[in-house]
Amino acid sequence: MSAETEVLDKPIEKSEPSEAPLSKRRKKIITDPLNDDNPITVQVLGICSALAVTTQLSPTLIMAISVVFVIVFSNLIISLLRNLIPNRVRIIVQLAVIATLVTLVDQVLKAYFFDAWKELTVFIGLIITNCIVMGRLEAFALANKPYDSILDGLGSGLGYAWIILAVAFFRELLGSASVFGFKVFEAIGIENFPTNGIMVSPVGAFIILGLIIWVQRTKTGYVER
Amino acid sequence: MQQSNVYVIAFSAVLTIILGGLLAFSAIGLKPMQDMQVALDTQKKILGAVVELKEGDDVPAIYEQRIESLVVNAKGELVSEIDGEPTVAEDIEVGKQFKLPAEDRLFPVFKYHAGEADQVDAYILPVYGNGLWDNIWGYVALENDLETVKGIVFDHAGETPGLGARITSVDVQERFKGKKIYDDLGELVAVRMVKGETGDPSIYDNNNVDGLSGATITAMGVNDMLENYLSYYAPYLKKVSGETVSTPGSERQYSDV
Repeated sequence: MSAETEVLDKPIEKSEPSEAPLSKRRKKIITDPLNDDNPITVQVLGICSALAVTTQLSPTLIMAISVVFVIVFSNLIISLLRNLIPNRVRIIVQLAVIATLVTLVDQVLKAYFFDAWKELTVFIGLIITNCIVMGRLEAFALANKPYDSILDGLGSGLGYAWIILAVAFFRELLGSASVFGFKVFEAIGIENFPTNGIMVSPVGAFIILGLIIWVQRTKTGYVER
Repeated sequence: MQQSNVYVIAFSAVLTIILGGLLAFSAIGLKPMQDMQVALDTQKKILGAVVELKEGDDVPAIYEQRIESLVVNAKGELVSEIDGEPTVAEDIEVGKQFKLPAEDRLFPVFKYHAGEADQVDAYILPVYGNGLWDNIWGYVALENDLETVKGIVFDHAGETPGLGARITSVDVQERFKGKKIYDDLGELVAVRMVKGETGDPSIYDNNNVDGLSGATITAMGVNDMLENYLSYYAPYLKKVSGETVSTPGSERQYSDV
């Protein structure tokens, strides 16, 4: 794979000598999905895993990293192959690439993070059907150059990541009175902090996510039409 | 951009071979590490039924020191070798045995020694059954009176998160502690989860625990699993208790079981 990357990257760098690696346009590719065009809160994609994995921060972090990895690399691969992929089978090609990457992530987690893998394996498999990943391939990578596609994947991945981490932070704090398993309330002297059972159940994720969307749309003024 | 059918087929074939090859290589490369993790997880589960493991504990070393294992059949007889090969309890896959008729199955038994090597402090018995979506399994640890549950751990392949998957949570497993697997008449009844969930452990007798709200079928699977497997182990338990009854100072009441 790496040899292919080098070969195909070179002519592209030559063809746009004028654009800086982090030009304004490219920065926008990354920063847009973080807020204004966030895949979860604005496009409302990838909700399933956002609700399911966010009871605690550490599995959420692993999930976030996995999704970023899968989006970035599938964007890169599809972008590299974009002129070779037959139009009629492009969806199944995208699916095959995503499924391969997801399976790799799953296998690596099983070998090195077994406890997290046991908890997450169902949802890792579901990254394949995560609308964010395929949405980016179809909407961006098929029509853009590899470097831009990496940035786009990174932007969308991080946009997904910060939202699920924020949801997980509040759910773990209020539901289990801890952050990354560290009992914060005991540490600051509040021994019997009443934990909220709703936060541990998926309902809690809906509430937190709703609040985040509310706050965000109040600030950005975004209205669905 | 309209390509010929030959191109489409050739592209698909090449892509399939590359991606398939990649996956095959990674699967082979990661296999030893994964097997090690699975073995470690099994040891953690077995020990987890009787002791609380802390992070950073050297699980293989504790396991080596504390656990003694053997294999029995459905008649309660010790099976020390099959076709000339010595049996290793850790290598017996309870899930595979589950597919055989009960009388042909092999049942591993793990004895836990807290201190002295000749005194068994707990008998840890693997159990296996059907949940709602897929298999469920676990380990039941009995006190050395052979009727009181010392601890229990469950795991599952695909129960619903938040509902049936709660059998893996500590507070559900805690409910079984101190329960008896025989009723007042000395009949083997195992421990049953009732239908419904009250959150009040004090209203249940020695053979019943709180159920799982919204996961009745998983709870029934747990009940069947415990009842079946404890009945398979019953002949072995009877043999062991026969030995312990003859020793003075035993408090066992149901010697006629």
